[in-house]
Amino acid sequence: MGEVLEVNGPIVTVLLPGVVNGEEVKLGELGLIGEVIAREHDNAIVQAYESTEGLRPGEAAAALGHPLSVELGPGLLGQIFDGIQRPLHSIQQQSGDYIPRGLYLPSLDRERKWAFTPATTIKIGQRLEGGEILGLVMETDSIEHRILVPADTSGELLELAPAGDYVVEDVIARVRDTSGKIHKLKLYHRWPVRTARPYQYRDHAVIPLLTGQRILDTFFPLLKGGKGAVPGPFGAGKTVVQQQIARWADADIVIYIGCGERGNELVDILESFPELSDPRSGRSLMERTLLVANTSNMPVVAREASIYVGITMAEYYRDQGYDVVVVADSTSRWAEALREVSGRLNEMPVEEGYPAYLASRLASYYERAGRVKTNAGISGSVTLIGAVSPPGGDFSEPVTSHTKNIVETFWALSKPLADARHYPAVDWTDSFSGYAGIAQQWWAEHVDPLWEDYRRKALALLAQADELSRIVNLVGPEALSQNQRWALEAANFLKEGVLQQSALDPVDSYCSPDKQFALLKLMIDLYTSGIELLDIGVPVQELLRQPILARARRLKGIDLEKEPEAYAIFSDELQALKLSMKSEYAINQEISE
Amino acid sequence: MSDKEYRQNTSARGGLLFMRSAPDIALGERVQVRDHQGRQRNGQVIRTAKDTVLVQVFEGTDGLDLERTWVRFLGEPFEITLSPAILGRVFNGIGEPRDDRPPLVSRIMRNVNGSSVNPAARAYPREFIQTGISAIDGLNSLVRGQKLPIFSGPGLPHNRLAAQIVRQAKLPGEESQFAIVFAAMGVSYSDARFFQESLESSGVLSNVTMYINLADDPAIERLILPRTALTTAEYLAYDLDMHVLVVMTDMTQYAGALREVATAKGDVPSRKGYPGYLYSDLAEIYERAGRIKARHGSITLVPVVSMPSDDITHPIPDLTGYITEGQIVLGRELHNLGLYPPIFIPPSLSRLMKDGIGKGYTREDHARVASQIYASYARALEIRNLASIIGAEELAENDRQYLAFAEAFEHNFVSQGEDDERTIEDTLNIAWDILSLLPAHELSRVSEEDLARYHHHEFPHVEAS
Ligand SMILES: Nc1ncnc2c1ncn2[C@@H]1O[C@H](COP(=O)(O)OP(=O)(O)O)[C@@H](O)[C@H]1O
Ligand SMILES: [Mg+2]
Repeated sequence: MGEVLEVNGPIVTVLLPGVVNGEEVKLGELGLIGEVIAREHDNAIVQAYESTEGLRPGEAAAALGHPLSVELGPGLLGQIFDGIQRPLHSIQQQSGDYIPRGLYLPSLDRERKWAFTPATTIKIGQRLEGGEILGLVMETDSIEHRILVPADTSGELLELAPAGDYVVEDVIARVRDTSGKIHKLKLYHRWPVRTARPYQYRDHAVIPLLTGQRILDTFFPLLKGGKGAVPGPFGAGKTVVQQQIARWADADIVIYIGCGERGNELVDILESFPELSDPRSGRSLMERTLLVANTSNMPVVAREASIYVGITMAEYYRDQGYDVVVVADSTSRWAEALREVSGRLNEMPVEEGYPAYLASRLASYYERAGRVKTNAGISGSVTLIGAVSPPGGDFSEPVTSHTKNIVETFWALSKPLADARHYPAVDWTDSFSGYAGIAQQWWAEHVDPLWEDYRRKALALLAQADELSRIVNLVGPEALSQNQRWALEAANFLKEGVLQQSALDPVDSYCSPDKQFALLKLMIDLYTSGIELLDIGVPVQELLRQPILARARRLKGIDLEKEPEAYAIFSDELQALKLSMKSEYAINQEISE
Repeated sequence: MSDKEYRQNTSARGGLLFMRSAPDIALGERVQVRDHQGRQRNGQVIRTAKDTVLVQVFEGTDGLDLERTWVRFLGEPFEITLSPAILGRVFNGIGEPRDDRPPLVSRIMRNVNGSSVNPAARAYPREFIQTGISAIDGLNSLVRGQKLPIFSGPGLPHNRLAAQIVRQAKLPGEESQFAIVFAAMGVSYSDARFFQESLESSGVLSNVTMYINLADDPAIERLILPRTALTTAEYLAYDLDMHVLVVMTDMTQYAGALREVATAKGDVPSRKGYPGYLYSDLAEIYERAGRIKARHGSITLVPVVSMPSDDITHPIPDLTGYITEGQIVLGRELHNLGLYPPIFIPPSLSRLMKDGIGKGYTREDHARVASQIYASYARALEIRNLASIIGAEELAENDRQYLAFAEAFEHNFVSQGEDDERTIEDTLNIAWDILSLLPAHELSRVSEEDLARYHHHEFPHVEAS
């Protein structure tokens, strides 16, 4: 039994000989939960996951003998947990509107029965390795939950339960390890959150994560198993980008970590996802989603833990062979929690108060993303997308700049674009994707071999238009050639007709890969048709007058399910217009000659 | 818990009192400090160890004679007394009457720090509040339970705007139990007076509770004042089922007090000397706004944040914007043109607008009209900028239409009288008058049906006043 010596905000010094770093601790009469982060002689420095108000020196403290861990088993999906995996729905039912302190409730429902089917591929007497599949339960109507041998257990299978209904605490298998010790395996096990779960080996990520967002999928793609970041000042659209990914991405499981952000944003998901259906399975989106919430008014130290809690659950579903997407909003709040604790420990700050280990912590966190061959011999992936909230929108600050060095896909959000309500406000100059080359193969195979061609043309047009706008702002539009004025106009319809995509538009909120390409192609074809006409002497004013330009801007809002021919019709009209203008111009020229 | 009284103060500076040999005092415990003249001050324990305690004194530590100062630990957290009689009253930051009337008597006591709302217990705010102000209702709608700050600067009319919102805010077609909590931190006497008179003249004073800390009142008291005010708001909303509008001014003064104490404590500074935990501290305040599923009332929060040197990237507006559900930004240029309210549209935002407007709430075209105005005004500002370089005569015909649009927008839509209360219908109709200054084919954010229905299709002459 230990004793509280000092309380300094969330940092509590306790006399507690023999504890180890990382061990969980209970503090005071209320039994507040904390974690040992440093030791000095017989004293342990503990970070408390709950408010320490009312805690007094002299109160008791006890070490719990294990590191901060999560429960892994059926019943996670559809839930909302706090930063240390306490089930918030159950807490609400038990305690009402506010989160009480010192409350311990198991993360997984202990009463719920699951229909377990043992795996047919394994036999009594055979050797089992950690991570192998013991059997299945249907966790939701669309997700089959594969019950795994805990990653740190292996040995000879002595007994496997027959098919039947079990609660998570029921023993469904017995395994004897080489030392003769018998392990009872249940429908769930625990795993320490700060330790990455093991796998056989890392595989190359090769398949794009399709989000239905044109600026992401077509211009700055991310892969299943990839690492991405969304930095941007407040109001630029980080949360909407992440929510759109949570809604539409073609992943099996989505884990949404609300880390130090608004409570209402989680409520938005909790209220809307059950009503929305997964475009692939047709089932409610909530069935594949789980939320981890440490909102900005919840204790700051649990914020630090929340992202580890989220990613550990993601790795667990990966180990079952699923493609999992983790969105963390916002990693900056995690970094600030780290800074807060570091400051209270009087560690030496290096930049803007952040400790020296910020960069390495960030890097090792993102390292937990990836596509792997699991211990069960199947393929699974964790895709990690972190929002970054730079103070004052300044991307040179430590969290943004370190993140930029780590991730492969960087969706930089711009305040001027957001102020003009150009959403998603992804800046085409500052953003990058190191995965475009790999994504290209997929698009060429599944959508169109010309994908890369059109993508490059569009990016080149955008860059050219930016340059031209600078010239216009210096010397006025008169300085531009006919072709340059057309390029400026083309960049505008490309922005409005392709890049801009409202999350609120019922039709355009999601755009299929085929539609993405078709739309891009129409815009670029419109642009090149104009160039052809300019080349034979059609004046640019004539082009700018064409009503087809306004129609091009509205193409994205057409529901191709209802009007499957709409794009073909537009394309035909464009061809017809081009021909008629060509011949008209040829006649005019003859007359004038 | 029995009271404990001690005299072993070792030092006092910056509003903090360091004490030795005061064993086993709880974090957050309420403290009474009696100075050598017998005057009482109030404090709270902010750090505690076996033999030393750090107390934050709300009235400050000036003039404390350490040898003759007694400190009494009350063995309880900082609580305030609540009862329905709190309406119509005026208090200081720690809940002591400022209106020459006796303190409240009631058995209901609440810890001013509140506790974290379970996100699973919240209800998403979606009821449109009509403020009668076009730039807000039309383009940055406020909904019940939202936290929507006003970003302002010295000399800009944020107080007048806040007072107008307070006077005019209503749910169209609904009479309901409402209350106003006004929290003033470090404001001038005349500003506080202005609010009081404005509320008085609209006859609602009996529905108002005020917490006032003036510019010359102790700064540290500002740290607890918003918490006291929100504890009251929670009581009114969740115990008495009222819809509460909380106006808080000025959060920058609050943050200044926080920085003062943080510096005295030796906390590691992050930007501009503010402590790294400023974000979480502000969030503890702002996140207390909202709606809760099981309760009838609501808390809508309109904080005023002044931007030092009009800089929106300054830590206080910046961190506020990261927490609140949008912001209404006042612009000096519009103000200098004599326009009221000088709401600068591009950086203004309401994040909860999307769910509170449209068919069944306001009007079907609302969201698209707002988006179109944002897009067209952004374009118009670029053109205005270009015109200032090359001269308006050099602009193309089409570009000149945008200049006319911007003028009309600023003068006829954004600008309105301080007593002008426009219905949302009016606001949207004015929006269409102004959008009709642009040819229909330029308006790709609205639907073709909207254009057919609302666009005037000829270009009426709109007078720029
Ligand atoms: N793709 C989008 N479509 C429509 N509106 C958007 C989109 N992205 C952002 N917005 C608008 O911008 C607001 C702020 O976006 P949000 O994602 O909350 O910003 P951040 O998280 O960067 O502060 C949203 O409330 C919404 O009104
Ligand atoms: Mg956000």
